[in-house]
Amino acid sequence: MAEQEYWRWTEYRHHDESIDPRAGAIVAAGIDVGSVSSQAVVTVDDRLYAFSSMRTGSNSPDSATNALNWALEGTGLTPGDLACVVGTGYGRVNIPFADKAITEIACHARGANFMYGPSVRTLLDMGGQDCKIIHCDEQGKVRAFLMNDKCAAGTGRGMEVFADLLAVPIEQVGALSFEVEEEPDPVSSTCVVFAKSEATGLLRRGWPKSKVLAAYCAAMAHRVVTLIERLGIEKEFAITGGIAKNAGVVKRLQRELGVEPLTTTYDAQIAGALGGALFATALVRKGKGRKA
Amino acid sequence: MRANYGYKDGSGEFFITIDTDACPRCAERPCVAACPAGVLEIVEDDYDDQVAAVREADRRRLKYACAPCKPVSDPPPLACVSGCPAGAIVHSW
Repeated sequence: MAEQEYWRWTEYRHHDESIDPRAGAIVAAGIDVGSVSSQAVVTVDDRLYAFSSMRTGSNSPDSATNALNWALEGTGLTPGDLACVVGTGYGRVNIPFADKAITEIACHARGANFMYGPSVRTLLDMGGQDCKIIHCDEQGKVRAFLMNDKCAAGTGRGMEVFADLLAVPIEQVGALSFEVEEEPDPVSSTCVVFAKSEATGLLRRGWPKSKVLAAYCAAMAHRVVTLIERLGIEKEFAITGGIAKNAGVVKRLQRELGVEPLTTTYDAQIAGALGGALFATALVRKGKGRKA
Repeated sequence: MRANYGYKDGSGEFFITIDTDACPRCAERPCVAACPAGVLEIVEDDYDDQVAAVREADRRRLKYACAPCKPVSDPPPLACVSGCPAGAIVHSW
């Protein structure tokens, strides 16, 4: 029997059947090949039409192809129908069919502007292996950014390590972290390796998993807050990336910052790819797409 | 755009901040030549402007790449900071 992988989150896809892509003038795509997950988003005239989110494999071109093909599955579209494709994320330069590579910083800002509206000024993107703080204007253009990708503390991968250590499915981490009588002190916030050792010690002392998770979520929130403070926070504030789905981190972040993040009905994990698709559409309008 | 290149780890915060709004108005781009470690380069940003940036390879090792310019005692003015006529480059450490 295969060992359960608690870090493994559910891959998913969706397309909006109320939109007829054949009736649209510009069908474009953005592909975000991140260090942990890959997303593909297809837009029809600036409307979100289809998307997929899956684990990034060892090969960026294959990950990009798989994500795009999965997003297009059941839509009747093929990659040949796309007027322009923008690649983003850490694997963006290895997407052979992308017409342009744009940094994930610019794409997340553009995607967040679409998802949360033009009032977003500070964006936190908590990705798989990095953490970005972005200031943007009302059009989603980046005004300032800070990225930390040297250290796993404050990233999705760090949370995956803890899910595996505690044998708690990653999607249940946030809710379980609130099942504590009182909030414990955060574990080490400077290093995932040290935090893991500390957590093992706490388990040996009889701490329940929920309390250890509360301590780790608080540490991650604190770690990110120190980065946000370096750039400063301007309202409105929003969060993208996989960790945006972890209420255990988001609520503690909100508590420490004293600022409530905006909410959205869109999937915050696809913000980068969505921004890429919106950039792709703009490129077509400027006559720079493959079908311009 | 205020671009913060660098990192924070257990040993501290090491960021070089470049206000790239000043770059398109700068014809000479003397900052690139001023850095003895060759940390800076001119790139096209996401909005098609030619701007100064920290080289990708140096972004996770700034503490070490910049160390020769930061002696413990009597540190001279940083070459990149004084090399920018717009005063658009700042170090966090």
